[in-house]
Amino acid sequence: MSSFWSWWIIVLTLGSLVAIGLLLWWNMKNFTDVEEGESMGHEFDGIIELNNPLPTWWTVLFWICLAWGLLYLLLYPGLGNFPGLLKWQSANQFVLSLEESQQAKIDAREAGFNVQYDRERVRADEVFGPIFQQYASLEIAEIAQDRDALRIGQRLFLQNCAQCHGSDARGSQGFPNLTDGVFNWGSSPQHIYTTIMEGRQAAMPAFGDQLGSQGIAEMTAYVLSLSGRTVDRDLARAGEQQWMVCAACHGQDGKGNPALGAPDLTNNVWTYGGSERAINETLMYGRNGVMPAFKDILGEDKVKILSGYILSLSQ
Amino acid sequence: MSTTSNQPVDYNLKVVKQFTVMTIIWGIIGMVVGVLIAAQLVWPALNFDTPWLTYSRLRPLHTNAVIFAFGTSALFATAYYVVQKTCQVRLFSDRLAAFTFWGWQAVIVSAVITLPLGITTTKEYAELEWPISILIAIVWVAFIIVFFGTLAIRRTSHIYVANWFYGAFMIAVAMLHIGNNLVIPVSFWKSYSIYSGAVDAMMQWWYGHNAVGFLLTAGFLGMMYYFVPKQAERPVYSYRLSIVHFWALITIYIWAGPHHLHYTALPDWAQSVGMVMSVILFVPSWGGMINGIMTLSGAWHKLRTDPILRFLIVSLSFYGMSTFEGPMMAIKSVNALSHYTDWTVGHVHSGALGWVAMISIGAIYHLIPILFDRERMYSIKLINTHFWLHTIGVVLYIVAMWISGVMQGLMWRAVNSDGTLTYSFVESLEASYPFYFVRFIGGVFVVAGMLIMGYNVWKTIRTNQVRSSEPLAAQPA
Repeated sequence: MSSFWSWWIIVLTLGSLVAIGLLLWWNMKNFTDVEEGESMGHEFDGIIELNNPLPTWWTVLFWICLAWGLLYLLLYPGLGNFPGLLKWQSANQFVLSLEESQQAKIDAREAGFNVQYDRERVRADEVFGPIFQQYASLEIAEIAQDRDALRIGQRLFLQNCAQCHGSDARGSQGFPNLTDGVFNWGSSPQHIYTTIMEGRQAAMPAFGDQLGSQGIAEMTAYVLSLSGRTVDRDLARAGEQQWMVCAACHGQDGKGNPALGAPDLTNNVWTYGGSERAINETLMYGRNGVMPAFKDILGEDKVKILSGYILSLSQ
Repeated sequence: MSTTSNQPVDYNLKVVKQFTVMTIIWGIIGMVVGVLIAAQLVWPALNFDTPWLTYSRLRPLHTNAVIFAFGTSALFATAYYVVQKTCQVRLFSDRLAAFTFWGWQAVIVSAVITLPLGITTTKEYAELEWPISILIAIVWVAFIIVFFGTLAIRRTSHIYVANWFYGAFMIAVAMLHIGNNLVIPVSFWKSYSIYSGAVDAMMQWWYGHNAVGFLLTAGFLGMMYYFVPKQAERPVYSYRLSIVHFWALITIYIWAGPHHLHYTALPDWAQSVGMVMSVILFVPSWGGMINGIMTLSGAWHKLRTDPILRFLIVSLSFYGMSTFEGPMMAIKSVNALSHYTDWTVGHVHSGALGWVAMISIGAIYHLIPILFDRERMYSIKLINTHFWLHTIGVVLYIVAMWISGVMQGLMWRAVNSDGTLTYSFVESLEASYPFYFVRFIGGVFVVAGMLIMGYNVWKTIRTNQVRSSEPLAAQPA
């Protein structure tokens, strides 16, 4: 902030505290011309006020609190741009991306500042890192068989993944079920690991303009027929005529393409719902699924354990 | 209209009566809604799959009803009464006072309609949309004119301390309300705040905490400074203590908002300043409690026979307890445990039900016989029953929320040996159920007490007789 606003804060804060100190000091002496314990001589609807002194314990408490307040503002950030003698910060402020956050963390450590969040991260890595590291040498498939590793994996899942995929990992509308063995981006341990590490972006384009509402209805019927659902045959046949548009990603046989994340349309597993209306909507407006990358959030060791856990869910 | 004073002043008691009666009615309605949403947390099916009855819409209705309908009506009633009595003069303008009554009722009725419909700004305690906000501002300015106008034409040499607090509360609330409700309307029932991001959050909690600080604290301290010495028939303990704690309280309170935003995107300096001021605030807050309770010096025996005085003094005890708890919760390391848990809810209710409601109820029991020219309330025993129902209800409520809140805080931060969290959120919710039930029972006690009050007041006003089992001779000294 500019030095004007910094001084504005300093003057108002210290000014208020000093004013209160003066107020207290002024009232500790009997400044009135009435003796202590006597009536002030005002009367309001029968109510009179006595001129009793301030209770000593209360006055002492007041001075202690004021002194503590000034001490705190000396040690910690509070008075505008003054960072406090301890140079403490709760977090790296004004960062907008993970990269900036990481750079700020390095800068702060080099500058010797005590950023509480960074400090806690470093300490957590020191204390808990070895626990995750002991599984680093195992294969993901082996982790999927290791009871202790799976217990850690489940906790990692509940804290990082359950928000979207559900605490039972069965997903919900727009968020894939991880227990049915169907993985749009490949079901091998390495594929699962890559999905979590790097994240995925699954874009299904909108075909409303290209196909028109009749074309969409036809294509919907054909897509439904791929997984053996009962449909209007004429509609489905008409939809089949346009199939090459879809085949580019979903394949000639509709079995999808893990390299593109294009789902298999023949297994009756639907990320965005398998009702006629849901598929119609998917074709009409497209979909844009995003799985975030956890590389910078969890790191390799934890993602490996998590991959083992996900793998175990589908076995 | 007769007055209890010997002064030949023709007070405007009509508006006081109106606000007093509405205080009781809105109190019952607001608290019943509170009990309903407390029950919904135990039995979610009680929203009957109806959007208007969902927790998310009734919760702001509850807070608006108890703060702005019940609490603020009590403040209107007592401010108009106290300013007339302590200035020995009739209200500055009867017309404007009548306008504030009907205007304020219109505000409340609008809230009762719009909030269940889902019309909201989403700002806590400032949910009412811009047309209603403007009406609030207009009524409030009228309130200020009537009050300060009356002070200006007073016949007493000094301004009594109760009026300092009422005056400060009115001016601060006007400033807070207008500041936080600056919005750009996009339609008649939708608007967007002119602030954004952390600034918006800071404005909101500058408003939010000072709604507590000025409306629910300073305003009710004004009430305390009249009704406690009046009911106890004792002089105010210390004039100098009044001076120190008044000026220190209003100077420091306005800084306390950032403690609602600890460990957020709010800059560290603002969090620190908010915390320091909140902790110091503990001392001037206790100044008010000391002055109120010490006013009872030499009259402690009256607590044995006078349940109205008991309401007033126990309210001060809850005030002292909440104003110790609040500064403690504002300390960052305590806040890391208490924030977002039921502890906050318990703290608010020890202030709202313990302090605000009890001082208001005591004041109303004191006022009703005077306003309606009765010897005393229909039944003193029923006041006593109300006192115990209310006290037990509040204690059940806050103890349940303390246990539940601390438990939630501990569960959320518990970690396994590998550094992962031990509990998921749902597990902490499940563990809270028994305490939600106890809270519901506490609420039922409080509402039962309010219904008894409603009956007692109705009997007093309607019959002009006292309960046959409690003849006037048995009236406590």
